Amino acid sequence: MSEDLYQEIILDHYKNPRGKELNVTSRGQSHQVNPTCGDEVTVDVGLNADGTLQVAYTGQGCSISQASASVMSELINGKTPDQAAPIQAAFMELMRSKGQSEPDEELLEDGVAFIGVSKFPARIKCALISWMALADSQIKAQLTTEMR
Amino acid sequence: MFDIAKVRADFPILSRTVRGGPLVYLDSGATSQKPFQVLDAERHFYENSNAAVHRGAHALAEEATDAYEGARETIATFVCAETDEIVFTKNATEAINLVAYAFSNATDKARQGIEVDQRFVIGPGDSIVVSEMEHHANLIPWQELCSKTGASLRWFGITDEGRLNIESGVIDSTTKIVSIVHQSNLLGTINPVREIMEMAHAVGALGLVDLCQSVPHMPVDVVDLGADFAAWSGHKMLGPTGIGILWGKSDLLNSMPPFLTGGSMIEMVNIDHSTFAPAPKRFEAGVPMVAQAVGLARACEYLTDLGMENIFTHEQELTAYTLAELAKLQGVRVIGPTDMVERGSAVSFVVDGIHPHDVGHLMDSKGVAVRVGHHCCWPTCRRLDVPATTRFSTYLYNDKADIDQAILGIMAAQDFFGSAPRVSA
Repeated sequence: MSEDLYQEIILDHYKNPRGKELNVTSRGQSHQVNPTCGDEVTVDVGLNADGTLQVAYTGQGCSISQASASVMSELINGKTPDQAAPIQAAFMELMRSKGQSEPDEELLEDGVAFIGVSKFPARIKCALISWMALADSQIKAQLTTEMR
Repeated sequence: MFDIAKVRADFPILSRTVRGGPLVYLDSGATSQKPFQVLDAERHFYENSNAAVHRGAHALAEEATDAYEGARETIATFVCAETDEIVFTKNATEAINLVAYAFSNATDKARQGIEVDQRFVIGPGDSIVVSEMEHHANLIPWQELCSKTGASLRWFGITDEGRLNIESGVIDSTTKIVSIVHQSNLLGTINPVREIMEMAHAVGALGLVDLCQSVPHMPVDVVDLGADFAAWSGHKMLGPTGIGILWGKSDLLNSMPPFLTGGSMIEMVNIDHSTFAPAPKRFEAGVPMVAQAVGLARACEYLTDLGMENIFTHEQELTAYTLAELAKLQGVRVIGPTDMVERGSAVSFVVDGIHPHDVGHLMDSKGVAVRVGHHCCWPTCRRLDVPATTRFSTYLYNDKADIDQAILGIMAAQDFFGSAPRVSA
């Protein structure tokens, strides 16, 4: 059961975080906290010369929240806002699925490991905190795409 | 002492399974489980005497009123208080807010030139004193009172061991109220509230004590504590949710402006003004929580039958055992007092390299229910430089086997995350 939640991929991202404390020229920043547990994530979004996103994050919290931030930064860094939007939508959808969906591995890559988390209502917020910070920082930086 | 097996048999929930194994409930600091005697008392009330209290000319209304006022008497006796000094509130949080709002309402009225008791008028130059180990419920109402009135908030600091530093001299002639927790829900520390209340009274300030974690676990005589007000909740002492208690000295309660207003709390109502009933009714607007009062009174009787001294002794033994077992684990550090001097049964700890949420989750997979997070004591966590903790909080129905299972849960978490340090030489 714990193995369901803590898949190898998640533990790997937790122990070896990707994209943490990257140096970016921030255009928008968002600090999100989970007030029930005190987990914190700050996401900065910037723009590369080619129009792709730069994403950096800092934070502290449980393995799920930190691994999710690592996966998020790996998936979104270097994508244009148009490319990022369906990934963001798919991750949100996955977290709402209560373990019932079959996530698109091409789109979500390591993100599919979070399917188990969606079965634990108390942990969904942990997985979403960095994605919420990303969406908020994109709005602040005006680097969003309207999903049609 | 009491027969723990017999006690456990009174709590139906303790016989259920969780995640495929028996439930080990170590989260009584958040809320306690309920014995069938309390559940039956509520059910009996609804099945036989249910009616709105203090109104109606029928037999059921009389019986319901007797049940409600009888419950008040039983609860008063449980803490050695006078019956009319017990106010029913929704919970302890509301009880503390009731006192904080007495200050802000009296201050507002004084600004309008209305005559009020000056003990409740507060403004710039005045101070309110709390501590660095308060639950948010005994912090934020005072922060809000300060922001509304211009008074300043001060606090007793705490030591690295989680003891109150009462030498810090924060109480002085500007202080209007001192509001302090009796037993910390995060650290387990038992504070010298009698001494602090004396310090408050020496400068003419009022004193409130938060008894949420002490009334359920040890004999408490509210008068002997020397406070002016005390607040605690019903659901942490085997009672139902939805009921809390404010105890206050009669002369103070009757000098305070009301908090929530409406039916039941009045004396005379005219279309443009009203006068208010004496306490406690003055603070009990609307149809109150009758069944919950009945259930809470039954909880008091249940606890009295077992003996609060016995319960305290049982929990002290269990806490000493818990601390000793935790001390045997590598990479586990208790946050709060590590000895049994003036300490209760809430035991917080951190595990090296594993976030408390993950510790809690892995314990849950073994059927062990613990609380993780900042425990509504965020400033305390900041002061002690931990983002969060895992907490065991035991009660009369827990035994050493529960602690043993919980310790296995911590070891499983260490094993799973691969962070169990090798045994050092």
